[in-house]
Amino acid sequence: MPVVGTSVARKDGLGKATGRALYADDLAFPGMLYGRTIRSTIARGRIRAIRMDFDTHGFTVVDYRDIPGRNVVALIEADQPFLVEREVRHVAEPVLLLAHEDREALLNARVDIDYEPEVPLLDAEQSTVFLKTLSIDKGDVERALAGAEVVVEGTYRTGHQEHVYIETNGVIAVPEGNGIAVHGSIQCPFYVVKALKSLLGPDAFVRVVQSETGGGFGGKEEYPSMIAGHAALLALKAKRPVKIIYDRGEDMLATTKRHPSVVRHRTGISRDGRLVAMDVDLLIDGGAYVTLSPVVLSRGAIHAAGPYRCPNTRIRGRAAFTNTPPNGAFRGFGAPQSLFAVEAHIERVAEAAGMDPVAFRELNALEPGDTTATGQTMTGDCSALMVLREAVTRSDFHRKRAAYAGTDRGIGLSLFYHGSGFTGSGEVRLSSKAKLELTATGVRVLVSSTDIGQGTRTMHAQIVADSLGVPYELVEIAQPDTALVPDSGPTVASRTCMVVGRILQQCAVEMRERMGALAPDEYFRLHGPLSVIREHEPPTWIHWDDETYRGDAYATFAWGCNVAEVEVNRDTYEIRPLRLTAVLEIGKAIHPILARGQIEGGSAQGLGYALIEKVVMHDGAMANASLTNYTIPTTLDTPDMDVAILENPYAGGPWGAKGLGELPIDGPAPAVVNAIRHLGIDVREIPATPEIVMAACDSR
Amino acid sequence: MRFTLNGARADVAAHPMKRLLDVLREECGLTGTKEGCGEGECGACTVLVAGEPVVSCLVPFAQVAEQEVVTIEGLGDDHPLQHHFLNEAGAQCGICTPGMIMVALTLGRNPTLEQMRTALAGNLCRCTGYEAIYRAIGRACGRS
Repeated sequence: MPVVGTSVARKDGLGKATGRALYADDLAFPGMLYGRTIRSTIARGRIRAIRMDFDTHGFTVVDYRDIPGRNVVALIEADQPFLVEREVRHVAEPVLLLAHEDREALLNARVDIDYEPEVPLLDAEQSTVFLKTLSIDKGDVERALAGAEVVVEGTYRTGHQEHVYIETNGVIAVPEGNGIAVHGSIQCPFYVVKALKSLLGPDAFVRVVQSETGGGFGGKEEYPSMIAGHAALLALKAKRPVKIIYDRGEDMLATTKRHPSVVRHRTGISRDGRLVAMDVDLLIDGGAYVTLSPVVLSRGAIHAAGPYRCPNTRIRGRAAFTNTPPNGAFRGFGAPQSLFAVEAHIERVAEAAGMDPVAFRELNALEPGDTTATGQTMTGDCSALMVLREAVTRSDFHRKRAAYAGTDRGIGLSLFYHGSGFTGSGEVRLSSKAKLELTATGVRVLVSSTDIGQGTRTMHAQIVADSLGVPYELVEIAQPDTALVPDSGPTVASRTCMVVGRILQQCAVEMRERMGALAPDEYFRLHGPLSVIREHEPPTWIHWDDETYRGDAYATFAWGCNVAEVEVNRDTYEIRPLRLTAVLEIGKAIHPILARGQIEGGSAQGLGYALIEKVVMHDGAMANASLTNYTIPTTLDTPDMDVAILENPYAGGPWGAKGLGELPIDGPAPAVVNAIRHLGIDVREIPATPEIVMAACDSR
Repeated sequence: MRFTLNGARADVAAHPMKRLLDVLREECGLTGTKEGCGEGECGACTVLVAGEPVVSCLVPFAQVAEQEVVTIEGLGDDHPLQHHFLNEAGAQCGICTPGMIMVALTLGRNPTLEQMRTALAGNLCRCTGYEAIYRAIGRACGRS
């Protein structure tokens, strides 16, 4: 019986519901020490001296001089050191590592650092140093603006967002062979391999094993390379296993966050309400090192004109250096920022055109045959109007919009899309691989894709079961261990179903052919082991120019429309979300319950981004680095949600599946701010805290 | 110090001010109880003491002397809450799940949505938006 499209039991469900699933902090190794990171306390300067004011007996101490290879975290640029040598570029930069078998002794060890402080640059808008700039041009924007009937301008701001995976970052490094094995909470095991090879030297043995991972959301995409490097250095020096688990405060202070942004829009429309020119300037704060910011900027910029048809578009993107902890990957990867801005702006453009927000979007939304800002032509899997109309109907938008007028309630919507997989030629460069092998009882999936909660194991097993024609129960998933599994690319960019699932589908089809009429166990008994390894074959029609940002940015897009209903408290200025309608078109829901879980969870995270999640920065550091002072939505902050999944298949995905993981977080913030606007309150910044709402009310 | 752990008598030698969370995980080997924040905000470490949900990161070991402590391991692996957390995907990453289930145990039959929201308000989940958790508890506790 086919299982794709049904909600079979999660492969890892029972282990999680019984407490038996083993996360990094649940693992222990004989002789294991605990590790701790000593960090800078200033945003910029040079280290003059380091003093250890404790008895170092029993301690393992590591600084940059203990690094056998290169002191840089190998990623896009080789600029971020594992350990500061002299120059400090941000608060909480790692300087010294300690390990001890007793955690109390470790925590009590006191290290003083003397600095020659320099004046830090903390404001991205004041920065003149950019780690990446880009430009996306289509048509002639200035001429079109000059000839437009109406021009609407606006500036929109978004703050940092902290991932708040409930399991903090943590790893254990274990000496193994002439090198190291690292077990930990990791989204992308092969990123860690690359970083450790650079740190320890190319000849060092390196193995990375993902333990059960308590949420990632991008926060365990690139950061684990850093913490794994630290644990490895300590373990190699101590010749014993070393566990480093960040406490919540350290995790919030030191690890990456969503990039803050400032987006300026100038938009021209014709007399009949059609978009004729969109001029967009996107600035993101990269922080002190490059990390993944260039690609975050790319995705943000590519999505910055929204899901609209506009013949003249100019998008300028800049990622600024500042002396703040580096920002990095976070679900949505730049798109939530730029889509917030464009959807809050489009609401005002519609008003300026004297049009209803739905009618304006219906008139201008992308349809098959239209081109995006990069010149990509939409095909039949473009679903902007489909999601818009369904969301408007389901939410009873127009009736409520009229009924709420003049009350303390508001209703607003957002229309959005999200490119599936790596941008442009990224999937070609990744050349991801997946492997299937027969076992005595069934078949095993070997991929480096990690299950960080989203359901990778289950979804991959469903795809393999149906492609191979075997029961779901006979498909097992190997633990991602880089000594065993091929590099399937990172578990990011909404690619794990559409891209890696597709490779597994092809592996299974080939295995099916080779097994003939035999069942897996029969074939194994008669012929012995059989394995199939396949590499991703990106669609040949994709053409992309990394220099000009022209071409097919993504193989496909998934589409969404959110309707938010909110209530304002006129005394406290609090905005309470009452209901969120989320209509998402994702190609195919391989597992409807898991797909719905992505939508509900991503939407809640988006509502937190919209309203309450505020990172307060003081002197270049997060001042509210605790869950007491940085709040995420609880049960009492999360409204009822009405979720609808639509399916308009993408021919290149398994069963038509597109990317889903990031799409849901793109929509809530602009829908909420547009609902606040319906209340007559002009907010152009998130999170829309009571202070922001009050200021908007006062300035009227 | 003596107490009852998951229905059995236990006698554990640990510092009286050690966090109950650490005693359970390190002295008793029960790692199903998770640490999410260490400051009582996230609820991942919730266990039952004398039938009441408490955050074990804020409870000194001495406080459970002669008390009855129940952790996720005390449920075995065949409890209706576990089945429905599995079937409804109330567990995604799973790190909040033991704490959620421990609180859900204190809800009576047929809890309303508001009762669930109130009971679970101290338990953070970053994956589900809580909707699947309500569905799982609702099914396990007799709501259709």
